[in-house]
Parts: sequence; C-alpha cells; structure tokens
Amino acid sequence: MAEADAMNAAGAVEPRDVPSGETVLRLSDIELGFGGVKAINKVSFEVRKGEILAIIGPNGAGKSSMLNVINGFYKPQLGSITFKGETMRAMQPHHAAKNGIARTFQNIALFKGMSTLDNLMTGRMLKMKRNAFWQALYWGPAQREELVHREAVERIIDFLEIQAIRRTPVGRLPYGLQKRVELGRALAMEPDILLLDEPMAGMNVEEKEDMCRFVLEVNQEFGTTIVLIEHDMGVVMDISDRVVVLDHGVKIADGTPDQVRADQRVIDAYLGVSH
Amino acid sequence: MIYREAGQFKTSYAADQGIFPIRLDRMGMVALLLIAYLAIPAVANHYWLVSILVPFLVFSMAAIGLNILTGYAGQLSLGTGGFMACGAFAAYKLATAFPDLHIIIVLLLSGTITAAVGVLFGLPSLRIKGFYLAVATLAAQFFLIWMFNKFGWFNNYSPSGVISAPPMHLFGDIYITGPQSSPLVKYLFLLTFVAIMALAAKNLTRCKIGRSWMAIRDMDIAAEIIGIRPLWAKLSAFAVSSFYIGIAGATWAFIYTGSVEALAFDINRSFQVLFMIIIGGLGSILGSFLGAGFIVLLPIFLNNAPGLVGWHIPVDMLAHLEFMIFGALIIFFLIVEPHGLARLWTVAKEKLRLWPFPH
Repeated sequence: MAEADAMNAAGAVEPRDVPSGETVLRLSDIELGFGGVKAINKVSFEVRKGEILAIIGPNGAGKSSMLNVINGFYKPQLGSITFKGETMRAMQPHHAAKNGIARTFQNIALFKGMSTLDNLMTGRMLKMKRNAFWQALYWGPAQREELVHREAVERIIDFLEIQAIRRTPVGRLPYGLQKRVELGRALAMEPDILLLDEPMAGMNVEEKEDMCRFVLEVNQEFGTTIVLIEHDMGVVMDISDRVVVLDHGVKIADGTPDQVRADQRVIDAYLGVSH
Repeated sequence: MIYREAGQFKTSYAADQGIFPIRLDRMGMVALLLIAYLAIPAVANHYWLVSILVPFLVFSMAAIGLNILTGYAGQLSLGTGGFMACGAFAAYKLATAFPDLHIIIVLLLSGTITAAVGVLFGLPSLRIKGFYLAVATLAAQFFLIWMFNKFGWFNNYSPSGVISAPPMHLFGDIYITGPQSSPLVKYLFLLTFVAIMALAAKNLTRCKIGRSWMAIRDMDIAAEIIGIRPLWAKLSAFAVSSFYIGIAGATWAFIYTGSVEALAFDINRSFQVLFMIIIGGLGSILGSFLGAGFIVLLPIFLNNAPGLVGWHIPVDMLAHLEFMIFGALIIFFLIVEPHGLARLWTVAKEKLRLWPFPH
C-alpha cells in the first residue's frame, strides 16, 4: 500500500527530458538459474547512453542478480550481453571494470581497514601504470603518478563533501557516509556506466536527498549512464528516465515512469491480484 | 611534551602523502637513525651486537615479509620457516657455486629464488582461504625442510647436513661472513640493508600494489569489481613476502649464525615470526620491528630480571617460568590490544596530539 501511495505522490513531479542516446548496453534473453530456481527468466532490456535507468520489483525479483550479470559476477546460462558494440555470452568482472562499468553494493562492500582516501585511490587502480619496481622506489615516477590520481580523487572528495573523513578508516564511519564513500570509489573509476544497488536503502530523508542530488549531478555533469535498483518509489519516479520492472525473474514492464505507473501488471505485482 | 601538528600546513599533496607528515615524527626518525648508527656502535658490546641486535634485525626482515602476506594481503601463512630455509640454502648454493658473487647480489638472488618458490606454494590461495590456506602453507613448511634434509645436493653433501657460510668480503678486505668478520660490521651492514628494505616495503604498501593487497584482504568481491585480479594480487603478495623472508633466512645463515641446518627453520620458527607480527601489529611495517624487538628481548629480560632484583631461581625452573610468562603475556596482549604494539603507539600519539585536552 505504502509503495502505491508513493507512486501516486510522485505523479505530481514533471517528467525530465528523456535523453534519446544510443544503446550502450543490451541484455538479450538472459536466463540465470541457481539449481532448480530461475532467478532471471528470459529478460531483455537495453541501457541508453546518458540515461538513468531504474530496475524495480518486489523482493526476490532478480534485480541484484541482474546487476551481477551486467558486471560479470554471475554468468547467465543463456542469452547474450552486447556492450559497446561487442556481443558476448557473459561479462568478466575485470573486463567490465576496464571498459567502464563501476558499481556499488546493497550491503556496503568497502575496504574497511583502509581510509576513505585509500578506498578512493583503490578505485583508480586500473588507471595506474607504474610497476612494482617504481612503486618500491616511490620517489620519482610512482610518486608523480600517485599525485596525479590524488588530485582526481580530491575532486571527488570535494564533490561528495567528504573532506572531513579523508583519513578515517571507513569501518568507523556511520552507514550513510559509508554509502557515500562507496559511491566515491565507484566514481573514482570514471565509469561510463554506474550500477547502484539500492544506494538509498536504510537512509533518512536528508541522506536520501543528498544521495539523489549526487546521482543526478553525476548523470548530468559527467554524462555517466546510471542503472539503479531502488525500493523508494518516490525516488525512482523522480529521478529515473526509464524504469524496468521485474517480478519473479520475468520482465513485466519497461518504459517511462508514467507508463510503468499505469501498467496493470505492475500494479498487480506490487499490490497482489485477487484470484 | 609538545607533540602538535598545529601550524604545520601542507601546501602540496606530495607533502601530505609523506611517510611522516608530522614534523616531530620526522625528527624522531632522524634521532632514531642517529642512535642506531652512532650511539649503539659506540656503546654496544659484543654480546649486545651478536645476540640481540643482529637477530633483531634478521627477525625484523622476516616479520616485514610475513606482515606483507598476512597483515596486508590477509593470507595466513605458517610456512615462514620453510621459506627462510629456502633463502638460506639458495644463498649457500649460490655462494659456493659462484664464489665471486658479492654478498648483496647473493642475498638478492636468494630472495628472488624464494619468491619463485613462494609463488608456487601460493597457488592454492586462489582456491582456499583462512585456516585452510594456513594448512596448505604448513605443507610447504614440512615439504621444504624435508627436501633440504633429504637431498645432499642442497648442502653440498655435507655429512652433518649443516651449511656454513664461506668467508665473503663486503668491500676491500672487510669480511661480512666467516670467522674474520666483526660483529660491528655485521650490525651496520644489516642495519643499512634492513632499513632500505623496510623503506621499500613501506613504499610498496602505500602505493597501488599495497592497496590491491589490502583490497583483497578487506573485501575480495569488491576488489574484483574494481578491476583487481585476485590471482595477480595474491601471487604478488606471496612473491614479495617470500622475497623478504628468503633474504631473512639467508642473512640468518650467513650473517647471524654463520652455519645452520635445515631444522633451525622448523615450524617453531614459523610460529615465532607469526607471533611477532600479531604482537607487533598486523598490517604495519613499524609493527614488524616492534614485534621482533618484543620477541627477541622478552626471553632475555625474563632470564635476567630475577637476578637483577637479587632473586635466585634454579636454571631449569627459570626456563619453565620463561615459557609460562611468555605464553601468558601473549594471551594478555591479544585480549587487551588485538591490533598490537603498533596500534598502541598510534593511540598514544593521537592522545598526545590533544593532550592535555580530552577532545
């Protein structure tokens, strides 16, 4: 009920311009099962350049599994993924990272023993080229490289307003800030596609507003394509350009927030159907 | 006590990323080096040099090695003794096969050979974690010691199985190994060598490769998503760690004891180095030194303390007491400060920065 209310409440907001960019990522007939359970059943959708795409659905609908397929953590049994013009059976995590797919996790997956700064610097791992020999010497090429990336990381720290916790081990930070640092680590990779798994889960209203602001700014300033999973319907309807709805591993709707909100199957999935 | 950073402003990221960003720490380090290079050679006697300072430096090197693997990369290893033996025997074979090689070359090469062996035994880490990996490295420990005992080739068919370092020059006619070498030369050489290696380790751990190790340790899934290859991160940790441990083994055999048999590097040695990094502090280069100092000095202190206060205990009783107190102290330590002496040091510094104010 509450979610349906949230959907109606969001109706008052005027729709954003939908970017009609070309498709950067297409998932075709993805099928993923664990033993006898089909987590994803013949789902196809596409992600367009520069858009914010939300994947929604009730618990267990296969949303997180979908993200895991996109960045190569799960290998689908059937179907194919087309990314930047290249079609493959499954993505490899390393390949995904190298080609500009970054993500955050539902249950924060930060490097807890490291400081905020080090977490963000780790995000730039793939951009650093000096080998172990130069790193052991440090002074010289390795230091110059460190400083270039430190500057890039400092810009992200400024952007996310986390200057004060630069040196704090992230394990000691409160939950909302940890989520923010995790977003920062993903941004440090300078991704083309950013996958956000419930970025606002467990946050209070203010933290959610901050996070929405960051997501929108990342999208608009850097042109980053964003795929996000979110349960807060108000947020989803507000910030996303398109919405894909999954239920029990099947795609039941795909369209603009307004279209999806009016879809009978979506309403049934969320409110239940009388048989 | 004025330990403040107020008024010390960083104007560049380079200054901010220094190893000792606070001025007093830098001065402390310089003072420490002055003491180590000037004061200690002036006052230390033969016993101090041979029985305390040289083994302390050798153990520090081994502890840095294990700390890279266990403390930074999170891969628990019980094979330290085996890898030390590997370094010792590699150095022996090199020094006897190529008598003209310089000691530094011998040490570095034996470290490299040990690194290759470490990578080989690190392969299981790609599949297994934690205690199971510890058992796999235990296999390395027993296998290596068995191998060095079993095949005479490794000790040049010496009937006793003991290898003795041939006399080697450091430069000119100053001997670093063999009967003509002086303890002071050994100490100064090891001090310089270990200091440079420790600095290199510190640099590695604060750069890209060190962050990839810590990322694998803290959250391997997220590390993979960022683009770190677990294979590469784990094996590089095994390689660098074994490099240090191998050199520690080689310096043990050549510079500390002069002659050694494989059994000197049995499982007890592995545990000894593991205790050092646990007590000193996992994931800290400073901790490696503190832990090595603690483990080397504590038995000596326990042996001498009762005598100093005029309390005479039979020798056999003393030996048992030493074990008991040693064990009790380790347990006490783990409960009170699981992150080791290095964390105590950091906490003390944090407190001092604010002292006398509570916040």
